[in-house]
Amino acid sequence: MVDNFLLLVQNPNFALDVVLNGLLAGAIFALAAYGMSLVWGVLNIVNIVQGELVVLGGYIAYAALSHGVPAYAALPVSALAMFAIGWGLYYTVIFRVVDKDLFISILATFGLSIVIQQLTNTIFGSDVRSFDTGLGSFYMLDGAVTVAWIKVIAFVLAMVSGGVLWLFLRHARLGQAIRATAQNPRAAHILGINTDRVYAMTYGLNGALCGAAGSLAVMAWTIHPYIGLPYTVRSFMIVVVAGLGNVGGVVVAGLSLGALENVAGFVLGAEYQIAFVFTLMVLILVWRNWRAARRRTYLS
Amino acid sequence: MSHTGNVVMKKLGLLAFAVCVGWAVSASADEAVSIRLGAAVSLSGKYSSNGVYTRNGYDLAVARINERGGVKVGDKTYKLEVVYYDDESTPARGAQLAERLIQQDGVKFLLGPYSSGLTEAMAPVTEKYGVPMVEANGAAVSLFQKGYKYLFAVLTTTDQYLKGAVEVAAARSADPSKLKVAMAFENDPFSQDVRAGVTADAKRFGMKIVIDDKLPPDLNDMSATLTKVKLLKPDLLIVSGHEKGAATAVRQMADQRVNVPMVAMTHCDSARIAETLGKSAEYVLCAAQWAPSLSYSDDLFGSASDYAALYEKTYNETAPYQAAESSAAVQVFADAFTRAGTLDPKAVRDALATTDIQSFYGPVRIDETGKNAGKPTILFQVQDGKYVVVYPEKWAEAKLRAPIPTWDKR
Repeated sequence: MVDNFLLLVQNPNFALDVVLNGLLAGAIFALAAYGMSLVWGVLNIVNIVQGELVVLGGYIAYAALSHGVPAYAALPVSALAMFAIGWGLYYTVIFRVVDKDLFISILATFGLSIVIQQLTNTIFGSDVRSFDTGLGSFYMLDGAVTVAWIKVIAFVLAMVSGGVLWLFLRHARLGQAIRATAQNPRAAHILGINTDRVYAMTYGLNGALCGAAGSLAVMAWTIHPYIGLPYTVRSFMIVVVAGLGNVGGVVVAGLSLGALENVAGFVLGAEYQIAFVFTLMVLILVWRNWRAARRRTYLS
Repeated sequence: MSHTGNVVMKKLGLLAFAVCVGWAVSASADEAVSIRLGAAVSLSGKYSSNGVYTRNGYDLAVARINERGGVKVGDKTYKLEVVYYDDESTPARGAQLAERLIQQDGVKFLLGPYSSGLTEAMAPVTEKYGVPMVEANGAAVSLFQKGYKYLFAVLTTTDQYLKGAVEVAAARSADPSKLKVAMAFENDPFSQDVRAGVTADAKRFGMKIVIDDKLPPDLNDMSATLTKVKLLKPDLLIVSGHEKGAATAVRQMADQRVNVPMVAMTHCDSARIAETLGKSAEYVLCAAQWAPSLSYSDDLFGSASDYAALYEKTYNETAPYQAAESSAAVQVFADAFTRAGTLDPKAVRDALATTDIQSFYGPVRIDETGKNAGKPTILFQVQDGKYVVVYPEKWAEAKLRAPIPTWDKR
């Protein structure tokens, strides 16, 4: 562990490689986390099925790609399909748990995650999928830093989607309705906002974001039907750290998580990479709880 | 209840009775001419593709044996049939189903499930009831260190998988003790078994292990490990993490332009790296149990390539080694039935323990622990988009292409 750390310190070029690859991975986590943040903020549901939606989006993109759809079109295709699936899920399952106890909605979305896992397995098979876009990599500093172009594109797209989402929530009519519903659904309803439709749109939008994240994941990494959970856990962490409705916070938290995780993987060894994520999550929850408790004492 | 209702009930009762009697008669008639083998295989869940290969392999061998008239036991000839259940890729379910096959279905002989984990869950059950199990898809060496008396395997155990890679690297070097080895193994019983074999061999040659990462089961990004590889420049990189490990490693080595003179993996053929990842997969060495191009043969299927052709004709896909070994398991059972001359499980078990046959899948010689000690594992290399056997040299189709050229020359 110490020698790994020294290796990084003595070879800053390679340290840059570790951090850069981590940052770019973090962008995809951030993309999935936008959606989770939205659903959590507006519907008050912790969406445990998030990771499975990402994987499903990845498979849809892969299916499109292997049927000859060009790489740049696969992402919108998957995002659109996933919007429809998200919308459908809302009107079949999610609407029943919107006003219910947190425990009920966690159970319901957990159940959905199992169903979607098995469905993707049945439809697409349990094989590992990865689509090589053939874009290659760019390298600098004598090959010490090597980054696949597709990861750079994923990064840019994730940032652009974040920006568009932010603008949409601020300025679009529907975006404003979504924010109003998040603040006070009853008041929004009285003032003529069809909150049911807003909920459906929000969940659909979440589906689309997951579709985008999944398409990028299948082009830059690998997917298989059971890889959803890490995406759920990371989205959850990012949202917990960033707070609800904070698009900028999600970006920062997502990127830092990706970079930290990769550095931890290098220094502690790959076996502790995910363990590190979980430990970090516990620490952050404890810290937030402690801060919240302090704030309450000021109020009373 | 009304009068007519009563009559209807009586008639129904009679009908049910008649059906039961008819069923019992036909069942006993069936029993006289066929041997029922039981199998719990993964038809859903994470092993579903390999589970289907396993079932296909069993079915193909059973069909072939029945076509040829069946199995001769003493002076009678029996057909084979298999009772299947879906174990959903979960060990607990597998153990339950083994219990069910033996207790409720009265099966006296079991074929193995897919994966070491499920075999490990089912073996205590078959052991308890004294039911022989011949398995073809659980290669963990730990299965054969527990003193099981009723568990037999046709495959070579995992600790042998990548020994070949270490040997090849050593043979190509003037001083093997100067070689540096990097290892990335998933943290599961299978891969850790492979690791144990590789570590022992590397130690034997005095090689230095510079990286020894354990990949978590849900990792799909190994860029941190690969950066370390770039930095420490090992002479041999060994990766084992099932299909996802192989696909991820090949993908990211190309993305990060990691230069290593020799790279060896498990599961790269079932991950279809040559088919789906193209040029990135070139030069990679893959450990495998079997290949259609090997010169093994037997009377039932003919040569290994005949088997592959038959499989392809029957199932419209190329024959995976998981299916080949599953077929071999049925052959081993058939051979043991004939040699035992009776269907008493104890006698069949004793016959299985002394199995020594030549099959299209390779020699099967069961040793005292129950595993196949007669067959070497082979190494493929991806050459021009094809998997070509390069090791052991006795069965090699082509020469090893090594060292791997650096990425700027590829």
